[in-house]
Amino acid sequence: MPDFITPYLIATLVKTAVLAGALMTTLAYLQWIERKVIAHVQVRMGPSRVGPHGLMQPLADVIKLITKEGVIPADVNVFFYVLAPFLAVFMSLISISVIPFGPPVTVFGYTTNLSLADPNVGILFVLAISSMGVYGVALAGWSSNNKYSLLGGLRSSAQMISYELPMSLAIAAPLLMAGSLSLREIVNSQGGYSFGVLPKWAIFSGPFPQFFSFIIFMISAFAETNRVPFDLPEAENELVAGFHTEYSSMKFASFFMSEYSNMVTICCITTVLFLGGWHPLWPAALGSNFVAPALFALAGALCFLHGLNPARPLDRFTLPVFGLVFFGLAGVFLVPIVVTMFMPVFWFVAKTGFLLFVFIWIRATLPRFRYDQLMSFAWKFLFPVALLNLLLTALMVSLVQ
Amino acid sequence: MTGETTLTEENLNATPAIDDRGVPFEAEVIADTAAHNQAPNTTRNMVLNMGPQHPSTHGVLRLLLELDGETIRKAAADIGYLHTGIEKEFEVKHYQQGVTLTDRIDYLAPMSNNLTYCLAAERLLGLEIPEHAQWMRVMLTELTRINSHLVWLGSSALDTGAMSVFLYCFREREDVLRIFEAFSGQRMMTSYFRIGGLAVAPPRGWQKMVKNFVDSFPSKIDEYEELLTGNRIFMGRTQGVGHISVEDMLDLGITGPMLRAAGLKTDARKDKPYTSYEKFDFKVATSDRNDVFGRYQVRVEELRESCKIVKQALEGMPEGPWKADAPGIVLPEREKMKTQMESLIYHFKIVTEGFRVPEGEVYQVVESPRGEVGCYMVSDGTQKPYRVHWRGPSFGNLQGVPTLIEGSLIADVIASIGSMDFVLGDTDR
Repeated sequence: MPDFITPYLIATLVKTAVLAGALMTTLAYLQWIERKVIAHVQVRMGPSRVGPHGLMQPLADVIKLITKEGVIPADVNVFFYVLAPFLAVFMSLISISVIPFGPPVTVFGYTTNLSLADPNVGILFVLAISSMGVYGVALAGWSSNNKYSLLGGLRSSAQMISYELPMSLAIAAPLLMAGSLSLREIVNSQGGYSFGVLPKWAIFSGPFPQFFSFIIFMISAFAETNRVPFDLPEAENELVAGFHTEYSSMKFASFFMSEYSNMVTICCITTVLFLGGWHPLWPAALGSNFVAPALFALAGALCFLHGLNPARPLDRFTLPVFGLVFFGLAGVFLVPIVVTMFMPVFWFVAKTGFLLFVFIWIRATLPRFRYDQLMSFAWKFLFPVALLNLLLTALMVSLVQ
Repeated sequence: MTGETTLTEENLNATPAIDDRGVPFEAEVIADTAAHNQAPNTTRNMVLNMGPQHPSTHGVLRLLLELDGETIRKAAADIGYLHTGIEKEFEVKHYQQGVTLTDRIDYLAPMSNNLTYCLAAERLLGLEIPEHAQWMRVMLTELTRINSHLVWLGSSALDTGAMSVFLYCFREREDVLRIFEAFSGQRMMTSYFRIGGLAVAPPRGWQKMVKNFVDSFPSKIDEYEELLTGNRIFMGRTQGVGHISVEDMLDLGITGPMLRAAGLKTDARKDKPYTSYEKFDFKVATSDRNDVFGRYQVRVEELRESCKIVKQALEGMPEGPWKADAPGIVLPEREKMKTQMESLIYHFKIVTEGFRVPEGEVYQVVESPRGEVGCYMVSDGTQKPYRVHWRGPSFGNLQGVPTLIEGSLIADVIASIGSMDFVLGDTDR
């Protein structure tokens, strides 16, 4: 065996493959979940044609988008026009690499972190990369040779730069409490329970509970990811499709992917900073390890229940199969070795998933801000509040020390 | 009634005079932008061509906007992309056949248009319509108003980004359309009102259908209001947006909810009652806000009032025939046509050559969901109208576009033109 094949290299390669696969699947199915959730909010069915419950819809979409002709309109700046979507998707995918999903695990005697990289300035890395993401959108809007795209690109640049400030200030406050810039250290600092039950997550405890910071961060996150109610760059009713009006085929899909990937990343960051990362909601001594099996069992039972009274003939077969899968997962999460290795990951994914659901939920509910209102909201309200919150946190932290 | 205007050289070359408050044409916007951009030491303005294919121009309206950043400096609306020639077509149809054309003018308020046309023709004929038919007309016209306002509410909420309200509104609209289908066999192009009464007898069990709808609808309105009325973002998007003075509105011929949202209590149903509207107890919804939010309030209030009128019509519906007793104008009953020679002859005559309408001219106004819809009908004593002019409320309302949006932002354009509630078919005829 050559020298350079170290356990470190193998572990990193395996982690990269798993993470990339999981992320891509998540992105594809996040879109399916979004369509389904919004459809049910709006008394519709949502995707239901491709595969049972439209589960193959993401695959069909991908095939469609890949095989479509990639039109490059006349008189565009071809270099930037092609660069923009790749820049957007690259910048949004790369920041997931520093997210810690769980405590270190030991496999075949080799102990490794459940994250691709653990730089000691992890959070700065995320901020830097997400700021770069705006280039994709701005360049797309500028190079498309379309007035709607231009307006969308301009809106987006202004919006993302403006919301970066309250976002950074909101991040600074929990950093003060954690005393580290490493995402892993930040999560570790939130472990433990006050009074034995209340988790020491940043939004609940510490010298100054970071509740406001959490809200400000979430609002800025909506703006950063161009989601409703801040989806002005692609405001369909005003700017047709905003910065990606002129994009088609895989270049369009890249923008789509980058939006969803940004959403996933920002929800992961929220979980890490405010919701205690992989730490369970209540101590394992009080049975928090049984939440996962219980949830999966409930999902399985619901599947069987609906299978008894199927909406469509096919459901009589598909729903029990899903039910069995869920029961199987419930069983897996009762196995001791799985519990020690993957229970933290379950909690991390559960929290992130809940935040993603909030994103979708809000999209189905709220109208959209106007450009000037959005700006004044960021500068006149969010920014001062975030600043005040930071000052108070700093004061409390220094008083406690 | 035979005078014809000859087209002379002068007529053809005369340019229409535009006064100060007149509506600018697209050329003016382009010229204005060019003039601005030529001036030294200025930023360059952009001309944005919005429509006719655009998700939010509600059909094929084309807007030409001069943009300074996102602010609109000058605007012009370009119409005519949906010209159907319906007004001309009236002249080659028998009076009774003309009813089917009226649906297509304003396809969101078919019954209101049917009613206008029928009332005009009936006034020329001097027909007396039985009470049952009149009340039925009131009930269905109000359901039409609900139908049209629901489409408006949904699409204008969608314009501000509230997706779900749109689908909730269409869920309830579906109920209204089912009622229409039961009555006329058609969901949108109903043509249910005919000269002399209704097209066919009301369907069996219509009371139950209408009652179900009327009972459940008020709670649905609450549901929409819960999502929009108190919503800070929606308020921010609509309040103080799209202001236009009452004088301007009167000069430009803007009617309906837009005028009522400025506090002017004008409603043809109260001012010049027709089809026994005077027997119904309802309020004219007004608001003093004179902005997009005010128009929203007025229309939501009208949904409630219309629902009340439908309820009154349902409860107090008088018994009687559903068409006038006018042989030679109204088709005889099917059974009589099969058994009586005289009825058969009438039937044959009406279907093949129509009926003659006494010479004269009449102007009939009806309050449609969009405002005053007027039908000016001139008869020369034959079976076909000499001229039918249609006063589409959408045409009048659209004249306000430049006044409404100049100086506002792009997002306000969408909210403002949404608040006018125009139908392009009604604009172009």
